[in-house]
Amino acid sequence: MLDHVRALGRTGIDVVVSFGRSGQFLFGVLRGVPKPAVGFPLLVRQIYSVGVLSLAIVVVSGLFIGMVLGLQGYTILSDYGSESAIGQMIALTLVRELGPVVTALLFAGRAGSALTAEIGLMKATEQLSSMEMMGVDPLRRVISPRLWAGFYTMPVLALIFSVVGIWGGMLVGVEWLGVYDGSFWGNMQSSVEFVDDVLNGVIKSVVFGFVCAWIAVYQGYDCVPTSAGISSATTKTVVYSSLAVLGLDFVLTAVMFGNF
Amino acid sequence: MGSSAYISLENVVFSRSGRRIFDGISLDIPRGKVTAIMGPSGTGKTTLLKLIGGQLRPDSGSIRVDGHEVPRLKRTALYALRQKMGMLFQSGALFTDLSVFENVAFPIRVHTNLPEDMIRDIVLMKLEAVGLRGARDLMPSELSGGMTRRVALARSIALDPELIMYDEPFTGQDPIAMGVLVKLIRDLNSSMGLTSVLVSHDVTESLSICHFACIIADGKVIGQGTPEELRAHESERVQQFLQGQPDGPVPFHYPAEDATTDFGLGGKV
Amino acid sequence: MAQRTVESIVGLFMIAGLAALLFMALQVSGLSPKAAESTYTLYANFNDTGGLTPRGRISMAGVTIGTIDSITLDKKTFQARVKMAINSDVDNIPTDSAAVIRTSGLLGEQYIDVSVGGDMDSLKPGDTFYTTQSAMNLERLISNFASGR
Ligand SMILES: Nc1ncnc2c1ncn2[C@@H]1O[C@H](COP(=O)(O)OP(=O)(O)O)[C@@H](O)[C@H]1O
Ligand SMILES: [Mg+2]
Repeated sequence: MLDHVRALGRTGIDVVVSFGRSGQFLFGVLRGVPKPAVGFPLLVRQIYSVGVLSLAIVVVSGLFIGMVLGLQGYTILSDYGSESAIGQMIALTLVRELGPVVTALLFAGRAGSALTAEIGLMKATEQLSSMEMMGVDPLRRVISPRLWAGFYTMPVLALIFSVVGIWGGMLVGVEWLGVYDGSFWGNMQSSVEFVDDVLNGVIKSVVFGFVCAWIAVYQGYDCVPTSAGISSATTKTVVYSSLAVLGLDFVLTAVMFGNF
Repeated sequence: MGSSAYISLENVVFSRSGRRIFDGISLDIPRGKVTAIMGPSGTGKTTLLKLIGGQLRPDSGSIRVDGHEVPRLKRTALYALRQKMGMLFQSGALFTDLSVFENVAFPIRVHTNLPEDMIRDIVLMKLEAVGLRGARDLMPSELSGGMTRRVALARSIALDPELIMYDEPFTGQDPIAMGVLVKLIRDLNSSMGLTSVLVSHDVTESLSICHFACIIADGKVIGQGTPEELRAHESERVQQFLQGQPDGPVPFHYPAEDATTDFGLGGKV
Repeated sequence: MAQRTVESIVGLFMIAGLAALLFMALQVSGLSPKAAESTYTLYANFNDTGGLTPRGRISMAGVTIGTIDSITLDKKTFQARVKMAINSDVDNIPTDSAAVIRTSGLLGEQYIDVSVGGDMDSLKPGDTFYTTQSAMNLERLISNFASGR
């Protein structure tokens, strides 16, 4: 019994310690801004591998989710004879919630895990150490471009996800099920507010991008430099990112759309 | 030696995960010479190099490199000092996403503003020195173990350092690659006047190229001197290590409780 | 891959993001590019505005022609006074047109529909609709029906 209490206490302390370490780590990364001439090409390359390479999965998922929303929305709304509200339903769901959240979950699985594995492997093969010994700070050179790449690409990916989703919903609703496309767009336009809905969605995805990238690079940097260590760090990245995204989404939704 | 020491450690104590790895170690490494540091695996030879490079900080004691007290250096000063150090890691530690050429060019690009054609000349010169000018376009994954280490060597001398540290350069090398490396280390030392620190458990090779050697075990220096002095050392432990006898004062086992109790053979359980 | 290729692909990626944002602004949220599109004001008095809200839609024959600016209570008549911003290019609404509060679908949001009259004169800025029809109140409808009135 006492052992359990002790284990619980130790776990609690470990959690607090790892929060502290990751905060310290984040400070170290953000403190050093590399010279633009050096930093910019590195950032561009990371945006490519973090963002552009995630585009395919984001577009495909967005399309299917939009189509499902179209089908489901139609079945439910047509019971009330208001299937023309389908555009509004699809757009609001995507722009406010599904766009940022699903994109972040896909990002964690596709890009976050890759970031963790890459950095973990660089640590295990002493590349980070050797960089340090060459007088180059790996936090600035390796970690910082990856963190910022996550920050910049997530909103772009989320916006593309929502647009493709709306298009998929239109495909199903208007092209297949015959909702009048004037009312599809008209309903959508009168109910979606640019600042309240679209920009709040963008803010959400910026937050998610930052958190997901932070978790991914920290887990890689902090991993035990063995194959087992890297694999467990990769798993942790996906699990922690998903939990953080869903939890933060609740908080942000309450703050942004709560009206209480 | 005295003033000619490039690196000097005094009473360095360092522990890791609660285990004391260095227990007040003192050591002088002369300028412009090849110094071999030998010891059984796991005694903390790599750790010692990391302490010298400032990647780890000792619990107490002083580590001076070229007159700078390494553990007390501020970040920028430390990074500046590291530009004068080259380190050859056990695994080579090449950047896997860069070609051989770019790997060697990396420190030059980061620390200087030289024009591209000059960088090219320097890189090819360094690759020529290790005999791999023709391999410049290969990726690290296409290199053999020996080539990897030579490229890494070219990279660590790219900025013409004053000090170069080799971590186990001979392990896992075939006799020819080993011969090449031995020759390279000696040539670099004599032609560029580099202070070289060579960490190894390979007694014959190390003693054949070093000017000065020291043996560490159990967190202490157990013997030091020129190769001849060491061979004639009266300490039993030094002799055991040099001659590779399996048992002696240096234990073969990692510290553990008594075997009979561990295996549950101590009578009542 | 060459740095230039990567840079151009990333450039395209970022442009795609901007295009998506633009699409969101124009097509999805119906933000008009002429930011402050010129409008003129009309008023309508209703006995019951039901669930009408500011920023709601004003349509004519199903086409959106303006938005609701504000809804206030007229303390003299105890009616709701709705201030509407009508797009300037719709400047020929006949004076005998009626403002009707309608619901899109059974439970959808409420909006004002302008049912067009036949008069030759048109409403001027600041005018008030002469005929209005309040929101249909389902509860009242049912209770009227039940009490046989
Ligand atoms: N990251 C680490 N954390 C904890 N202990 C370590 C770590 N790295 C090495 N050690 C311990 O330090 C000791 C010395 O390691 P090392 O310097 O690599 O030895 P050597 O290079 O002489 O073989 C080993 O006993 C090892 O268990
Ligand atoms: Mg070692």
